[in-house]
Amino acid sequence: MATQNTRALARLMVAPSVGLLLIWMIVPLAMTLWFSFQNYNLLNPANVSFAGLFNYQYFYTDPAFFQSIWNTLVIVVGVLLITVIGGIAIALLLDQPMLGQGIVRIMIISPFFVMPPVAALVWKNMIMHPGYGVFADMSRALGLQPIDWFAQYPLFSIIIIVAWQWLPFATLILLTALQSLDGEQKEAAEMDGANFVNRFIYLTLPHLARSITVVILIQTIFLLGVYAEILVTTNGGPGYASTNLPFLIYRTALLGYDVGGASAGGIIAVILANIVAFFLMRAVGKNLDR
Amino acid sequence: MARAVSTRRTAAFTIAAWIVALIIFFPILYTIITSFKSETEAIQGFSLIPSGTVESYVEVQTQKDYFKPFMNSVILSVGSTLLALLISVPAAWSMAFSPTKKTKDVLMWMLSTKMMPAVAVLVPIYLIFRDFGLLDSRLGLTFMLTMINLPIVIWMLYTYFREIPGEILEAARMDGASLWGEIIYVLTPMAVPGIASTMLLNIILAWNEAFWTIRLTTTNAAPLTAFIASFSSPQGLFWAKLSAASTLAIAPILIMGWFSQKQLVRGLTFGAVK
Repeated sequence: MATQNTRALARLMVAPSVGLLLIWMIVPLAMTLWFSFQNYNLLNPANVSFAGLFNYQYFYTDPAFFQSIWNTLVIVVGVLLITVIGGIAIALLLDQPMLGQGIVRIMIISPFFVMPPVAALVWKNMIMHPGYGVFADMSRALGLQPIDWFAQYPLFSIIIIVAWQWLPFATLILLTALQSLDGEQKEAAEMDGANFVNRFIYLTLPHLARSITVVILIQTIFLLGVYAEILVTTNGGPGYASTNLPFLIYRTALLGYDVGGASAGGIIAVILANIVAFFLMRAVGKNLDR
Repeated sequence: MARAVSTRRTAAFTIAAWIVALIIFFPILYTIITSFKSETEAIQGFSLIPSGTVESYVEVQTQKDYFKPFMNSVILSVGSTLLALLISVPAAWSMAFSPTKKTKDVLMWMLSTKMMPAVAVLVPIYLIFRDFGLLDSRLGLTFMLTMINLPIVIWMLYTYFREIPGEILEAARMDGASLWGEIIYVLTPMAVPGIASTMLLNIILAWNEAFWTIRLTTTNAAPLTAFIASFSSPQGLFWAKLSAASTLAIAPILIMGWFSQKQLVRGLTFGAVK
């Protein structure tokens, strides 16, 4: 049915998006790659020279580099563990008959809509503050010494905040998947005498497998880039204790004015993200064929 | 007997679910409560009952000019969403209704641009914005947010459009509708719900974007994300003021979010979970 004419029109309709995205992707990325081989400091912009692999070497030998990679991974894995396990548990709970399910759902989903700076500042000041936070109030009520969360456990505190933001996402997606589970299958398993644990392991979990994969991959993409939460709470400290790769790059670029070094870090971040992206694309791509 | 058991089960699940929900919702609830306290009240220890004063709200506006970042957030999120829709509706449309062999690859490639970490292009974007005088401008940031969310918008629209049955088009053609007649009278009414959902989700995402909005603005174009982040180095008592500013910043989006739960799943999983 598609004539030459409509085909040309179709191409014309797609062109602006493709063109914009192409420029958007290639130009900055090419610049980052170029800068990563240059000695280029914003404080001394007249003096730009070829640096070879010096920036990569510099980044690589910086002790903060390995710590930031480690912190990046700890944040990703920590948040994933909390959100996936917590998400499955809460989704199972929400799938049961109860009173006020609508309101419960709304309350549980809400943290996802809170912008990162608000989430981080609310947790930092209202909940985890060693003097006036709710946790400190609770410790005092129990006769304990309040904990200075961001000084003593900076990375853990950030993981808690980020996990709080992403738990609703995992819950919502897993609940959606759970509700598409065939009720008859569940009943049949129940009739056959399968208990809750068996039903969970042999029926529910396999059914959720794909959604869990999607949750893990999508969250990983976002979690690799955690930034605002660190900026407004610990500012990467104490020392480099809560500096992740994005934060280290930001510090190198906009506080250290080192364009070359930051660009080398950027390329490393691209490689990291691509490893994850490869698997995500496969998971999503499979769905397109169906 | 069976009835009694199921009632007891329902009661148990209800209590468990409400406890979990209240714990998760607590930070938001406590922020709203604290926003109606005075600054001295706010640091006097745990209390769920505020005096009900609105002085913090008044102060946030009079001392910090809250309205300006709020309007910036509105302009940026709505502006970037409309611009993204303008670019992507035709694209998603043609990919859904006249797909070619390359359509799938194009879609996957668009998705892949979303995987690029923001920090990787921080330096070039910052320098480009600086050289073109776009730093701290609403125009620059609107464009930025448009590009960031464009792949999600195209994907979401595509999954919605694909569900419109092709037979309807053929029926319209049989009845002698022209291509434009088809688009205006047959497809558009069916596409409106999908476009509306996409718009809603995209406004939420743009409103909450907190990397570029903080890094590329200072005062003029600073939206609420940057405004709130400026509270991170406090001077004096500010718990109640922070709560009031936070409540105002999240309220509109929270309400929109509650209406968009279903679309959220579809939009953020690129149609992989529905």
